[in-house]
Amino acid sequence: MQEQLYNAIVEMKEDEALALAREELEGGRDPLELVDLFRKAVEEVGDRYEKGEYFLPELMMTGQIMDQLAEMTKDKLKDEYEDSGKTRGKVLIGTVKDDIHDIGKNIVRFMLDANGFEVKDLGVDIAPEKFIEEAKQFEPQVVGLSALLTLAFDPMKDTVEAFEKAGLRNKIKIMVGGAPVDDKVCEYTGADAWGKDAVEAVSLAKKWVGGA
Amino acid sequence: MLTENWTSLTPDEKLEIRFDKWMNPEGVKFPPEAEKAFKERTRIIKDAVQLKKPSRIPVCPMMGFYPIFYGGVTAEDAMYDYEKLGQALKKYHQDFQPDCLASSFLYGPGKIFELLDYKLYKWPGHGTNINTPYQCWEDEYMKADEYDLMINDPSNYWMKVYLPRIFGALEPWKNMAPFTDLVELPFVGASLIPVGIPDVQEAFKKYLEAGQLAMEWIQAIGAIDGETLSTVGTPLILGGFSKAPFDTLGDTMRGTQPLMLDLFRRPEKVKEAMETLIPLHIEMGVRTATANNCPFVFMPLHKGADGFMSNKQYAEFYWPQLKAVILGLIDEGLVPLVFAEGGYNQRLEFLADPDIPEGKTLWFFDTTDMEKVKETLHGKSCFAGNVPVSLFKAGTPEQIDDYVKNLIEKVGQDGGFILSNGAVLDDAHAENLKAMFEAGKKYSP
Repeated sequence: MQEQLYNAIVEMKEDEALALAREELEGGRDPLELVDLFRKAVEEVGDRYEKGEYFLPELMMTGQIMDQLAEMTKDKLKDEYEDSGKTRGKVLIGTVKDDIHDIGKNIVRFMLDANGFEVKDLGVDIAPEKFIEEAKQFEPQVVGLSALLTLAFDPMKDTVEAFEKAGLRNKIKIMVGGAPVDDKVCEYTGADAWGKDAVEAVSLAKKWVGGA
Repeated sequence: MLTENWTSLTPDEKLEIRFDKWMNPEGVKFPPEAEKAFKERTRIIKDAVQLKKPSRIPVCPMMGFYPIFYGGVTAEDAMYDYEKLGQALKKYHQDFQPDCLASSFLYGPGKIFELLDYKLYKWPGHGTNINTPYQCWEDEYMKADEYDLMINDPSNYWMKVYLPRIFGALEPWKNMAPFTDLVELPFVGASLIPVGIPDVQEAFKKYLEAGQLAMEWIQAIGAIDGETLSTVGTPLILGGFSKAPFDTLGDTMRGTQPLMLDLFRRPEKVKEAMETLIPLHIEMGVRTATANNCPFVFMPLHKGADGFMSNKQYAEFYWPQLKAVILGLIDEGLVPLVFAEGGYNQRLEFLADPDIPEGKTLWFFDTTDMEKVKETLHGKSCFAGNVPVSLFKAGTPEQIDDYVKNLIEKVGQDGGFILSNGAVLDDAHAENLKAMFEAGKKYSP
């Protein structure tokens, strides 16, 4: 039964996964017991994405299934993550000022999450001051800046400089990403590194928090 | 129909007539220099598209708001003040002498968007800052349970459901009766009742006003582009417009995430909806290109790029429908100018589809590996690209020169190639852009 549920999740069988989970819970299964299975399933989806077997549709579908399962297990899934202290590290991400694109950023969030990071996603069009304010509270080890517009290179640079000015630059690592971002852009913005996709974002974050 | 015997012509004959009209525009009075430049530019572009070796490699950049900023105008002004828009575009074309026109069409009439309370985009001064280009604001403008409505009667769906959502001012149109009611005398009066509702009347007043603004706009921008064409001699290549059906659903109807979920939840509906869109997209491309006397139909591609889906999904949900639009346009004597934004490395094999006739398409690439492009498309389709946008902003003229030199050495020696930037250009240093034009001429075989 549990294996069936696991397979239903990783094979994108939404209705089946939800029905099986409901059955388990109604049969008296402690929701916490299912949480570990869910996490493993999400990791498997992440692995398949890394291997190039899964793409955006599967990540989005898994996100949807997990949201519904979390609802069903009354947020035990989320609590477990937060209480366990097992997170690999904290990552603050957002799309920089004047840019409202978020597809790429959302994939990065999903993949970091699937890899055990605690991710705070600020959303789109985030001003440098907002990044600083949030970083002071959240205390991330890694900050991820996303952009699709070429006009967002300057806001990226401004954000990196704002971390400098706030005296936080040496406490965090900054990665940049988005369709037009490359080594040239990385150098221009003063970020520590760039990644061409979510898989690279995860390996950078792992490298920086020492959990590779 | 461009000639009396149009329907009896073959696609090749139609294409020749379209090229001829494009290369010899009616009623344009060129000064001799500009005429010479225009003839050369149209000839080398045509040669490249037809897979010949042009006398030099055409340099056709894909412009976003760069010409506006270069001309010292804000993005907001470009969308509202046609005089300033014209000045900026004039300066850009005169200074850079590109081989294709950066059309004023692209910048859109902000006054209309404002009047109709357009919700689908945020634009400079209206959701983005005055110097940030317009950006699509994704939402579920078409709901999951509306596929059948859309498939069964798309125009009615647009009028009663979709337009009321994307234009606040047209919201009352949801009360309208379908035009297909109008089949017999007794239905005429009944069908018009909703039009008498005060809110609907108000919506129509705004719509009529928008029409006047559109007329004002087209006269202004028609004059801008006409002047550029005749004084600088730059031909229009973004003449018609069409889209890949998957992108229409994903960009501005269902939204990216809802559509991706639909691939699992209601895959057959997605396919049916795309089948509905195919003939509409062909017709749109044919009509717009014909109106502009241009053989090219611009098709910007978005959600089939690398990473967006697997090749298996692409083969099922993206390529067959895009291919149908491409073939439909070719059949009408048009050249689809397909712009593969982002990476397209995983998809190149699809583009080499043997059903697509040789020398009838023009593919622009962004971050795709151009050597692989040449391997796959040489002798099949003209390809263009791909100086990275990052270099224009964060690089030097020398780096641009090196990139172009290497690119032309690797893929530009045998014809069928046009030099361009990768992604649409908004932000750049002028000397870097100049370097691309100069390098294009310098290293052209």
